[in-house]
Amino acid sequence: MIAALRKELLLQWRSRAQFLAVFVFGAASLLLFSFAVGPNARALRTFSAGFLWLGLLLSSTLTLAESFHAEMENRALEGLLLLPSDPRALYYGKAIANWLQLTLLGFALVPVMVVLYDAGTLELARLAVIIALGAAGLSAPGTLYAAMTSQVKAKQTLLPLLLFPLIVPALLASVKATSLAILGDPMAQSRSWMALLAAFDLIYWSLCGLLYGRVVEE
Amino acid sequence: MSAVPAESAVEVEGVSRRYGRRWALADVSFRVPAASVLMIAGRNGAGKSTLLRVLATAIRPDRGRVRVGGFDAVREREDVRKRTALLSHHNYLYESLTARENLVVVADHLRASRDSIDGILAEVGLAARAHDLVSTFSAGMRKRLSFARILLQQPRVVLLDEPYGALDPAGFDLVDAFIRAFRERGATVLFATHQLERSAKLADASLVLEDGRVVA
Repeated sequence: MIAALRKELLLQWRSRAQFLAVFVFGAASLLLFSFAVGPNARALRTFSAGFLWLGLLLSSTLTLAESFHAEMENRALEGLLLLPSDPRALYYGKAIANWLQLTLLGFALVPVMVVLYDAGTLELARLAVIIALGAAGLSAPGTLYAAMTSQVKAKQTLLPLLLFPLIVPALLASVKATSLAILGDPMAQSRSWMALLAAFDLIYWSLCGLLYGRVVEE
Repeated sequence: MSAVPAESAVEVEGVSRRYGRRWALADVSFRVPAASVLMIAGRNGAGKSTLLRVLATAIRPDRGRVRVGGFDAVREREDVRKRTALLSHHNYLYESLTARENLVVVADHLRASRDSIDGILAEVGLAARAHDLVSTFSAGMRKRLSFARILLQQPRVVLLDEPYGALDPAGFDLVDAFIRAFRERGATVLFATHQLERSAKLADASLVLEDGRVVA
């Protein structure tokens, strides 16, 4: 798995301009959401967590689909499978690399959210953990579905159609935990939402790792 | 299941493979002795690439049985993959990595030493371009790097799909030398080609496919 992760990180570094483009897309999404609400500072702050995760969700489809571009260009993934390589190691290498990228993207979108929605918080460590857990909930099934759709022409359409329904529970938990970190948590509910999110992550990462071999092998 | 001692490096019995409604391979049977070279000839679409991909376990046959080195290509796929290397139409290279980085990826996945990489790049004539991105390579240079990938794998069975394609005359000689070297190392080589006159001098036997069937 280390070999697969090293290769993924190297590929991501080579296409780092793509990260900037995805960040701009995410930031533009947050800006557009603020226009939809209008000049209502209280409403913007109330919905800021939801908007942050919607922005990250929309951006993630670009990142996840792109992560298989290099694999499909010359059928490099098939080349690795024939070496032979363990499909699970290849999956976890790519899923971890995608998780790192989405976590970084989430961190980068937080200042945009704070500026646009006046949604500052002192709970930065907790917010960082929530973003990392939420990104894990996006990247595990996202990597699997990106592999499934990587060989079809309409992959940019098909990926969100397949992915979004599956990640609704993780997304709800992420939004709720983030909202509590921003707006305050007088009933100490945040830990429960984070525990739920971690449980979903565990299920996603276990199941998707098992299924990946069936998806990429004929 | 353990490997049975195999006089034949490759055994193909009644193999058929379908794409949609079209049979790309139909009841193909043959054997290849160890440390020999088999040339596979046939027109475009005759089934040569499909046959090599079945042998490499990239695709499964719909019918029939394939054994490579005594291992079943469907049930013991991992064992077959450890012993085979495929030079495909798709070169399996990462465009945004350098030539050397592509070979490092292969070596790391094989858990093999990286020490031989520079020597192999020199062997295929790419030492001077080792640190250049593959996206800047010509088709012939990509083919040479694909050969380097196979040399790194050190397979017992080498499957070459159009090895002469996109190469210059010097590259043709290189392919001939590789095929001879693989055989001298005891490897079995199966290669599909349209360069019949040239290849006939290298091959111990030949197989002609037409519409997915063996005709000679």
